[in-house]
Formats: sequence, structure tokens, C-alpha cells
Amino acid sequence: MDQKLVAVVDYGMGNLRSVSKAAEHMANARTKIIVTQDPQVIADADSVIFPGQGAAKACMQALTDTGMVEPVKQAAQEKPFLGICMGLQVLMSHSAENNGVDCLNIIKGNVTQFDLSAHPELKMPHMGWNQIHQTQDHPLWHAIPQDSRFYFVHSFYVSPEDKNTIIGETTHGQTFPSVLSAHNIFAIQAHPEKSAEHGLQLFKNFLEWDGH
Amino acid sequence: MSLAKRIIPCLDVDDGRVVKGVQFVDIRDAGDPVEVAKRYDEQGADEITFLDITATAHGRETTVHMVEEVASQVFIPLTVGGGIRKIEDIRTMLNAGADKVAINSAAIYNPEFVKEACDAFGSQCIVLAIDAKKVSSQGEANRWEIFTHGGRKETGIDALEWAERMEAYGAGELLVTSMDKDGTKSGFDLELMQEITSRVRIPVIASGGVGNLQHLVDGVKLGGAEAVLAASIFHFGEFTVQEAKEAMQAQGIEVRL
Repeated sequence: MDQKLVAVVDYGMGNLRSVSKAAEHMANARTKIIVTQDPQVIADADSVIFPGQGAAKACMQALTDTGMVEPVKQAAQEKPFLGICMGLQVLMSHSAENNGVDCLNIIKGNVTQFDLSAHPELKMPHMGWNQIHQTQDHPLWHAIPQDSRFYFVHSFYVSPEDKNTIIGETTHGQTFPSVLSAHNIFAIQAHPEKSAEHGLQLFKNFLEWDGH
Repeated sequence: MSLAKRIIPCLDVDDGRVVKGVQFVDIRDAGDPVEVAKRYDEQGADEITFLDITATAHGRETTVHMVEEVASQVFIPLTVGGGIRKIEDIRTMLNAGADKVAINSAAIYNPEFVKEACDAFGSQCIVLAIDAKKVSSQGEANRWEIFTHGGRKETGIDALEWAERMEAYGAGELLVTSMDKDGTKSGFDLELMQEITSRVRIPVIASGGVGNLQHLVDGVKLGGAEAVLAASIFHFGEFTVQEAKEAMQAQGIEVRL
């Protein structure tokens, strides 16, 4: 049987090891997970995982420096694509982080900072296990119970122009979109690679997903 | 529906092995970090912290391999503290699969190191560990200072000012241990926790002194902590993490169950 190739995009930022290990943990014998900076490998891959952490500016800079902008844009148009944390935020048009950064503009919308002025009791960054309320059905929600907790670490959140792209929401002082979906893209603010059983289930679902 | 308060078991490791006697009844090798971490993951631990007490360079390499092993099999956040002195130490641990590193004495010798670390890797992975001891006499206003070398060496640094300064330098989280309470099983230093949690916006992990489940509840409800760290009550099988969470939930604290 044919082998399935899953590329984890390496643009020199963050800890890709956790992501690739979690994917490997859930992959069957025919699925190969490759951490790569090679545009050709990304072009050849059956599906793509786009992780990320840190700040938006450094992330966009690293994508540019490693020549990953075009391969990532291409992959986001045509194959199952999983964005994680900063890998969700940089899909948007613009981030307010670092005094403003233009992002990949794959999903129209902005990234803004939490305003917790009305909630002095809440801490920032939003760090820890919070619930994701599934607002629309999606193949990647398979076997993940409604309102399951995932591990989050972030201070900024996405606001897509097209509200139909929102398939999961989370509340920290305010309710914000924590999971977006557009065609073959599934992008999540939380870290499924650090979210124990539900996170692993999400990887399993992604590895089995055909992008529809 | 909101963020859960976290429970974090802490493991001391030396030369890649868990020390200070983990005593699970049915575990094959209580010194094996992977087995112990897996067990805590199954119990519902929200994160695991490894405190590396290894003295030798060779032993530290072993710790790196240990982190790699654990991170390949346990999919919850991992923090590694102890001996983090250089930017390179942080890179090594993160590449091995740690999600956060805890910086302690290196910040005292060179506070700018915290800024550099946050700039290089992001605040989300920099935990600032504060070992504090009360130095005020009875009848005086409370005052705590930072101590190093397991509480033996004073630094003259005011703990509350230090917490605020480390937040300003970019630390993503504070791990606050009361050296007066550590090992006493008499509960957290709640006054210290209150003073610090009311001064900073970043999450605070309370540590030092846990002897029963009510202490964990108090750390959150009275101390204002976002997370509670404990070692012996879990290691010796007195309580499971699950039981601790149920106790917290019974008193109205939101937890991941």
C-alpha cells in the first residue's frame, strides 16, 4: 500500500520535536512524519503540519529567511493542513503583536491582544488547560467530546472576517475563536501535542483526514 | 467554562534517574522517569516538572536524553529546572522536548539573562523560580528575601520586588517556593503567595509545604495561585493527582478531570 507522507514545517522556530513525536505516536505503519525545511518535500507531502510558537514578527521573519512562505501558502491551498498556535495566527492577514506585523493572509482577519482590563483576577498569558466549545461539526472533532480541555499558551487571539470559519471557541475573560477551519485548513490556538488524550486524538483524526 | 487550575507533580532527577523515592505500589521501576511521568499523566497531572540535581557534566547529558525519552511518550507540558545557566542550556532542553525551563540562581547572578532568554525563546517557556525565606522578625511587617543553595545562602534581594522585576523582564510564569515551608508538610506560605500573586499579572505556581489536599485548595483559594506544585504527597502514594483534583473541584475550583 502507498505510503503517506506528512511534512512538519521547520522554519527554525519553536520545539518541533513535541509536534512530530505526537504525530508519530498516532501514525500507522504506512505514515511517515518528516520535519523539513525543503520546499520540495512540502510540495510532495500528502499533508502538512504547521506548528509555531514565540512572537509573530520573529515567526514571519523566520518563514521569510527559510524560504517557507510560498511553500506554506501553496500547501494551505491544496492539501490537509494543520496549523498550531502561532501556526494559526500567522495564517491571518495582520497581527497587532510587535507593533504590527503583516502575516500570510491565507485567512482574512486580524490577531489582537486580550483585553482583560475588566478582569483583574485573570492572568496573562492565557496559560493552561481550557475548554474548546465546538461550534460546528468537523471531521477533526471525531471522538473528541464537546468542551474538552486543551493546553493553551498565548496572549493574542485571532478574529477572522468570515465568522463561518470559526469551529471552536474558548473563554478567558472574553470568548474568542480558538479553532478555525477553511476548506483543507484546520488551525487551532491550543497545543494538541501537549493536550494528552484529546490532543493525540486530534492528530489521529488529522492523519486520517482527506481535507474535505 | 474557564481556565483550569493546574496540579504539577515535581520529580527530582539525578543522572537521569528519579530520586527522593517515588513509591507507587505497582510500578516496575520507581527510578525510571518515563514510567513515573506516564503514571502521573494517567492520573491527570496537568504538567510535570523535573528538577535536575545532577552535579556532573556527564550526568547533565543523561538528563537531556531523559527529557527526550519522556517527551516522546508523555504528551503534556514538561518543565525542566536545575542548572539552567546559559542560553545554550535552554536551547538544549527545549530541543530535547521540554516545553519550559525554570531559571533560578542564574537570574540572581545575571538578571539580564532572563531578558535574553525571553527574547530568544519567548516568555511562554521561561519560568522564573523564586526560593524565598521570611526575614522579618515577629511583630515587624512581613519581609521575604531570595535565598540560594537550597535556602542556605541569603542574597539580600527582596522577594516581592524580585517577582515584579522578573515579570517586567519577560518571565512567563513564577514558581514560588517558600524555603521556610519546604519539607514541613504544613502548607504553603500563604502570605507570601498572596503578596506575590496580587503584585504580578503572570501565573504563579505555589510550591513548598504541601502535606494534604486542603493545602492545595488553600494555595489556589487563599494564595491566589494558578497552579500548585507538590512532590512527596504524590510520590509516596498518599494521594493521586486525581484525588487532589476531586478535592479541589469539591471546593469550587475549576480543574481538568
